[in-house]
Amino acid sequence: MGDISSIQEKRRSVIQDAIVRQNKKRRLMDRVFTGVTIACIALAMIPLGSILIEVVKNGASAISVEFLTRPQGSIVSGGGGIGPAIQGTLLVVGYASLIGVPVGVLAGIYLSEYAGNNRFAYIVRFFNNVMTGMPSIVIGIVGYILIVLAVGSFNITAGALALSIIMIPIVVGVTEETLKLVPHSIREAGHSLGIPKWRVTLFITLRSAKNGVLTGIVLALSRISGETAPLIMTILGTSLFFQFTFEGFTDPVDALPLRIFRLAALPYEHAESFGWGAALVLILIVLSLSMALRFLVLDRRYKASGGARL
Amino acid sequence: MINYQKGSIAAVTSEEYANSSVDYKLSSAQAYARGYKVSIRNLNSWFGVKQALKNINFDVKENTITSMIGPSGCGKTTLIRCLNRMNEMTPGAAVKGSVYLDDVDIYANGIDPVTIKRRIGMVFQKPNPFPTMSIYDNVAAGLKLNGIRDKKLINEIVEESLRGAALWDEVKGELGKPGSSISGGQQQRLCIARALAMQPEVLLMDEPTSALDPIASAKIEELLNDLKKDLTIIIVTHNMQQAARVSDYTAFMYLGEMVEYGPTKQIFENPQKELTERYISGKFG
Amino acid sequence: MFLGKKRKGDRIFRWVVIGASGYTLLMLVLVAFSVIEGAIPVFSLEGLSFFIGTDWNPVEGRESYGALPYVIGTLVTAGIAMVIGVPISLGIAVFISEIAPPKVGTPVAYVIEVLAAIPSIIYGLWALLVFRIWLLDLIERPLYQAFGGTLPFFAKAPFGLDVFTAGIVLAVMIIPIISSISREILKAIPNSQREAAYSLGATRWETVRKVLFPYAKAGLLGATVIGLGRAVGETILVTMVIGNALGIAAIPTTLFSQSNTISSVIASQFNEAVTPFHSSALIALGAVLFVLTMGINIGAQLLVSRMVKVVPGGRE
Repeated sequence: MGDISSIQEKRRSVIQDAIVRQNKKRRLMDRVFTGVTIACIALAMIPLGSILIEVVKNGASAISVEFLTRPQGSIVSGGGGIGPAIQGTLLVVGYASLIGVPVGVLAGIYLSEYAGNNRFAYIVRFFNNVMTGMPSIVIGIVGYILIVLAVGSFNITAGALALSIIMIPIVVGVTEETLKLVPHSIREAGHSLGIPKWRVTLFITLRSAKNGVLTGIVLALSRISGETAPLIMTILGTSLFFQFTFEGFTDPVDALPLRIFRLAALPYEHAESFGWGAALVLILIVLSLSMALRFLVLDRRYKASGGARL
Repeated sequence: MINYQKGSIAAVTSEEYANSSVDYKLSSAQAYARGYKVSIRNLNSWFGVKQALKNINFDVKENTITSMIGPSGCGKTTLIRCLNRMNEMTPGAAVKGSVYLDDVDIYANGIDPVTIKRRIGMVFQKPNPFPTMSIYDNVAAGLKLNGIRDKKLINEIVEESLRGAALWDEVKGELGKPGSSISGGQQQRLCIARALAMQPEVLLMDEPTSALDPIASAKIEELLNDLKKDLTIIIVTHNMQQAARVSDYTAFMYLGEMVEYGPTKQIFENPQKELTERYISGKFG
Repeated sequence: MFLGKKRKGDRIFRWVVIGASGYTLLMLVLVAFSVIEGAIPVFSLEGLSFFIGTDWNPVEGRESYGALPYVIGTLVTAGIAMVIGVPISLGIAVFISEIAPPKVGTPVAYVIEVLAAIPSIIYGLWALLVFRIWLLDLIERPLYQAFGGTLPFFAKAPFGLDVFTAGIVLAVMIIPIISSISREILKAIPNSQREAAYSLGATRWETVRKVLFPYAKAGLLGATVIGLGRAVGETILVTMVIGNALGIAAIPTTLFSQSNTISSVIASQFNEAVTPFHSSALIALGAVLFVLTMGINIGAQLLVSRMVKVVPGGRE
């Protein structure tokens, strides 16, 4: 008995010695590590700060009523504005959400309310997640092959189709997640009154998940508003306003990201200033969407996760 | 009465003891001299603005098992997490007061929390072996973390700790298997072995059987009796029968205060406070 | 009668939602169909040598197209982005989830979210007009002056539009994505794992390195692979800063070489393509990118879904 405890005493002092010996080094490592992670945060903040400062500084001076409402003037001498680009962005994003919102919400409803864990649902979920990682330039090719080539010219429908493909997986995912958070008792209350399931789903379950679903939609809108690559091969860009006639649907359309891309390629100073101005307008649209998102979000869960990648 | 004029000890007057909810009149140094391993003095704890522990005072005798009982939220888990400075890791948690291990206040300035964790081991509610480590590495984890490189010593300690936790015979052929591959009861004993490997003097157990089936629980209860030969054990339990079966002393806590503390037999058969009696007899909780 | 009506409404709605779900799968089929359909002409011209060819000649009659330089350009820029972006992302994720108190962590996480919300065209504009100059003055020129004569890696006079700039700006862009997924994966680790480590006396750093990282290995790898997918597919930003070299010249031989990635060739040439073969070659590059990113994303989903259900909504 005494023997055992003396062995134990010896071991205790061996471990204690090791702790004391390495204490300084371990604490130092811990501090270094904390310092490194803080440095990582600082590194990530630099671009953000610089982007916001540059865009506001250079963009603000470009902005005027003429800039916001007029089509572009001469390429060489400048003048005019980005009116068609603002109009085009609103139109093509709105058009895309006409396709994307219903499909996305309905598919989200299926996954949450109807599918359970069947194989089809698993495949839908899986490939929706995969689609969120699909490069948008590849998605642009769909608009080009299926619509631009068929119509014979670049047009707004092709752009809207491409953007809707980017939008749908986002809406599906957030809708499913939000609906799953609705307590079962709410559905049961509806069913117990003899209301058919589809009405319960649309008017009770979906309504109580309204904020979350809107979050998903706004998330998707802010994402597609900034897309450039798929628009190159679908709406092309133009310096003219969209005309609300039959022909309007077979002509190229402009959009803010596309305008910035084209302006950035020009060697003139006024183009640069126009580019910053357009960037400021675009960033205001996108950030105000994500601000709106934060007001919509009531559920902390989405603050922490869904909103995280907006 | 001897007055020990030493640091925070002196701050603890006999008058305060008389006013505290538990009858403790010894200074911590007196308690140490009389064979108490752990002495808690005027311990208060907060989570944000909410006070979780209110002026706790009690002493734990060496080589005994002490149970903490009380309804959920009474602060018993917070209390044992204060005993090895685990609660510091919880955001928003604050502690005031003293916890003496032998004659050293673990909250005194200049005390290294790593050393405290070496001396006071902990076992948690749910078995939490490291799933990416083998059974062997789980037991050796604390030694390796703290810089022990001596392979032979580690081998010895791993075997003895597993024996100490009554797990050796069941796993000796498969020490390389992942720590998460064994049954829940075995995992919990693995966690006990992991704590024993640090050669602790005190073992804190936070409802160690609440996630286990009755047979696995019984095995652990049986084990506790063997362990107390070398260790002082403080165990939080939800289960009053368990407290009555395994412990020498029992403390009843309610709303962050220690209502009554004494020999288990006394607490269960002849409680001094009405609140204790009502809890023991199942009138609330 | 009433019951029958009710069932009919339910049946119709059920098929509507199944139809919508089917459409989401159809989208993928449409993408696959489009890139294959569009790529057929160039494959009839080049055959499989399209994959290993290095020429890029759109002059009618002498047309020849090869994808290899752009595949290499893509891998090099994405590689640079990963080398720089992954450690920083992990650092950010660890700081927010393991080190910072919520009072600090929540606003920091929000700022990172804002970083993710900025459209890549704006990163591109900033990189072209501002950041490129910083890089040129602070990193590229000093490196060139110090090692340009000795290390082939740096042996080219830099002017800011090159694979190095593209890689770094890509890193800036993928950091918010990788860090926010990693953060969620770290959050999904049960607290009992941290407690076990702390109770053995581990410091925070030891807990992260020896317990949390091994526990979350698959998920963190998945987050990294998702970041890789974005880096490989990002178009507009890269197009603006990579220098748009064509043909064999697009194979980067130094850090400061001009190059082109698969996606940036498509974006920079698509509206200038005059012959059907030229358009088709660009779409065939899209097909290569499709296959590459499908592989990457399927792998990433399999890794990540083991740890957490990722809410989609990332950018390209």
